[in-house]
Amino acid sequence: MLKVPIAIPVLPFRFKIIDLFILFFITGILSLIIYTASGWRYEMQPEIQISLDIKYIPLYSANSLVRVFFAYFLSLLFSIWYGYTANRSPLHEKIMIPLLDVLQSIPVLSFLPGVVLAMIAIFPHKRIGLELASILLIFTGQVWNMAFSYYNSINTIPRELIEVTKVFRHNRFTKFLHLDMPFSAIGLIWNSMMSVAGGWFFLMACEMFVLKDKDFRLLGLGSYIQTAANQGDMVHVLYGIGSMILLIVLIDFLIWRPLVAWSQKFRFETVQSEEERESIVLNILRKSSFVRMLTSFASFCLKKIEVFFEKFDSRVKTKSQIIRKIVFFILTIFVLILLLWASLKAIILFLTLSLSDYYSVFIAAIYSIFRTTAALFIAALWTIPLGVYIGMNTKASKILQPIIQIVASVPATAIFPVILLFLLKIGGGLGIGSIFLMLLGTQWYILFNVIAGASSIPQDLRETALIYKISGIQKWKTLILPGIFPYLLTGLITATGGAWNASIVSEYVTFGGETIKTKGLGSMISESTVTGNFGLLLLSTLLMAIIVVSINRIIWKRLFMLAQEKYRLD
Amino acid sequence: MSKKVILETRGLTKNFPMSSGKELPVLEDINIQVHEGEFLSILGPSGAGKSTLLRIMVGLTTPSKGEVLYHGEPLSKANPKIAMVFQSFALFPWLTVLENVELGLKSFGLAENIARGKSIAALDLVGLDGFEDAYPRELSGGMRQRVGIARALVIEPEILFMDEPFSALDILTADNLRGELADLWVKKKLPIKSIIFVTHNIDEAVFLSDRALILSHNPGKIKADISVELPYIRDKNSRDFKYIVDRIFTILTKPAEQIPFLLKKERYQFLPHTKVGAIAGLTELVHDKGDRVDISVLASELSMEVDDIFPLIEASVFLDFGEIKEGDFILTDRGKEFSEADTLKKKEIFKEAVLRNIQLINQIIQTLQSTSKHRISETFFTEILENHFTPDEAWQQLETAIDWGRYAEIFAYDYDTGELYLEKQG
Repeated sequence: MLKVPIAIPVLPFRFKIIDLFILFFITGILSLIIYTASGWRYEMQPEIQISLDIKYIPLYSANSLVRVFFAYFLSLLFSIWYGYTANRSPLHEKIMIPLLDVLQSIPVLSFLPGVVLAMIAIFPHKRIGLELASILLIFTGQVWNMAFSYYNSINTIPRELIEVTKVFRHNRFTKFLHLDMPFSAIGLIWNSMMSVAGGWFFLMACEMFVLKDKDFRLLGLGSYIQTAANQGDMVHVLYGIGSMILLIVLIDFLIWRPLVAWSQKFRFETVQSEEERESIVLNILRKSSFVRMLTSFASFCLKKIEVFFEKFDSRVKTKSQIIRKIVFFILTIFVLILLLWASLKAIILFLTLSLSDYYSVFIAAIYSIFRTTAALFIAALWTIPLGVYIGMNTKASKILQPIIQIVASVPATAIFPVILLFLLKIGGGLGIGSIFLMLLGTQWYILFNVIAGASSIPQDLRETALIYKISGIQKWKTLILPGIFPYLLTGLITATGGAWNASIVSEYVTFGGETIKTKGLGSMISESTVTGNFGLLLLSTLLMAIIVVSINRIIWKRLFMLAQEKYRLD
Repeated sequence: MSKKVILETRGLTKNFPMSSGKELPVLEDINIQVHEGEFLSILGPSGAGKSTLLRIMVGLTTPSKGEVLYHGEPLSKANPKIAMVFQSFALFPWLTVLENVELGLKSFGLAENIARGKSIAALDLVGLDGFEDAYPRELSGGMRQRVGIARALVIEPEILFMDEPFSALDILTADNLRGELADLWVKKKLPIKSIIFVTHNIDEAVFLSDRALILSHNPGKIKADISVELPYIRDKNSRDFKYIVDRIFTILTKPAEQIPFLLKKERYQFLPHTKVGAIAGLTELVHDKGDRVDISVLASELSMEVDDIFPLIEASVFLDFGEIKEGDFILTDRGKEFSEADTLKKKEIFKEAVLRNIQLINQIIQTLQSTSKHRISETFFTEILENHFTPDEAWQQLETAIDWGRYAEIFAYDYDTGELYLEKQG
């Protein structure tokens, strides 16, 4: 047998044109971050003027891009920390996982006053405070599903693989690098895509907002679109939307697709899968000597860190345990005091509300329940047939899937003004219109899951249906609906959360200098943010979190268990 | 021949909490000593807690009670050189074969080229040279487990733990790997001092190990500790092999009370430590005195303590040569006959008496007859006896039985090899 050379062959480093481009890109991104960050140190101007001139769009886009990705990396770090901490003990798990559920159900805007006021207090009169606040707001829209994904991944690592790391006494960094990260990579990348998409969705709300009747705005693509919309300038709204879509498609092509293709090596199933994902960019990158040098340098650094951890871990073990216990104890007390103080504050805030406030929040909740349900229903009505058609038809899937992916990637919030204009023209109010706006944000979750479900219905079951001439309603009842049920549920669960979250931007819209709102929990939250009525904001946020969590617990989780037991096809 | 104990478990008990709040006992009072040079297999029906026991011994699971000692030190304090091979191979699919093996060495902080050299050597040992850069998903199941074994061997462990390593493979591949493992072990190609091997496959255990622990079900307790004293490489079709497999099968399937060779201590016949010559001397003396003597008078006449003379009397009673009545020792008819007989006749009478009355000697004959060479090491029997007696006592029991059996010419004993054997008839 021919012996395969083991050492990586040392290739002569030949500079190719592609290396120039890559170098250029890296320099560009670096200077972008530095340039944007350097702007943060300036005194906060009383009001930043957003110019609608098209020549500023690249600069604004760059600003927004840095914000979204900064928030994303923050989310990534947070998710890893959260996942490990939640996994540390059953007690941690019992507290932290339900907490994640609740945090996930809180709309971005509810974090707004706290985050913004805190940041401005820390960095008074500096733009950096507002910038950080904006990043933190985007972060709150991105982080939860990633944290859950990472927690879930490291929790489902097969027992024997964990035992390998224990038997061979791997240090924490080795385990992280060789087991935890690779195992969770695929889930984390898919969730990163979803999270960054979520970042675009709430970009307008995070870059330009009114708090306590004070205007806060940052230079960015979101504020550009918002400003144009406020002035009723449809042409510039469209320019903004077009740039955003272009940006999203570019990021998909340059970052996500290569990442997804690369992450295929982390698939856990040990059989060869027939479907290989390809990425042109990845193929080009793999050919570049520059990238090869970079990766070998990175792996060299990682090895050094491993060696460092090996020494560090074995030395500090006993000492750090005591310290850790003390720190944990102090932290617990600190958190308890903080919670106590916060709930005291909350009670005081609740006392400022009148009885009619409670009543109107309650009524608003009923309106919003009706709206989100209607949005889900309509979404399911059209996505199920289409999803099943695409999923069960390979030809249709090849043509339609990429188109749908691009359409779905357009942040619905950006086209709200356009849709709104149309709705107002045909005479429908925002009461019905907001359902339509919610729909824009949530229908994709259902569609993609239904497609995945339908395409996973085993071939032999389909053939059985064909042989016994099961068709029409009978086929839907016996084959299709049971087949897609677990997937449909996943889609519906995500969509429920999405619809509630979207209610804050769809029930309260500013357009052409006017504010259009309709009765609902979402508009309640938006309005109380603007007016600075923190008691009302807290109450309506609390109510929304309770509603979302209860819907999840009472309806979806139960159906999900049923799906796992009865309709599992593997 | 006492060998050094590497690993020892003391009173291991493991309970799993159940949803009802009660605790389900999985393992109960497990005491094992693993010696240097021992290939120990742990057998048991599924759910007997074999894997749990293994994981406690490795230190992956903590016992509810009891402790594991590694060279006499608690496992948590010791820094044991141990490795493990897993049922599901437990390879990292995103790493190449070589990287998977190198993973075993991570905690040693070796220089990169040294780690690489060791890993390649380990891969060569398991016959995987040429596959260093392959990914696990490109390999067959058997080759994947070879990677798993190489990963364990590369750290040169003192104890190698194997958790049903071949049960996920097809029969032919498993057979092949088993043979290679036995080969590596026998030819001492491994620096390993001991292997602890969990399996539910009796053939596998008998083929590989020189000692088999059989766990009972619900809760897991040690039901039997059987030594497999067959020369390597073992022939699965030999009678000896089949005999041991049958025995283990019996132990696994029947409750302990129904297995004659597992009878409880109290019930196992205790042979008084006496030589045949002394028994003959006693019967002749008593015969001369009119077939009946007072035991204490006899003792003082022989200037012996009653305790010293008692084993002689007891042995005679055992063999039906005499009986005790009101403090007197009385010869039976058979005893009289024995005392009068000449040497040849004596042997005949003694043989008959032994075969009728002595459990251990019958057991030895049966065992010798059922093996093809009619030859078995003495340790085989002492190991069985150790289920009922202390190790020292087991030796004395066997010594007595050998003395009696040789005298009666039932079987012979080769002092040099320490083996019992049947002499060729005619």
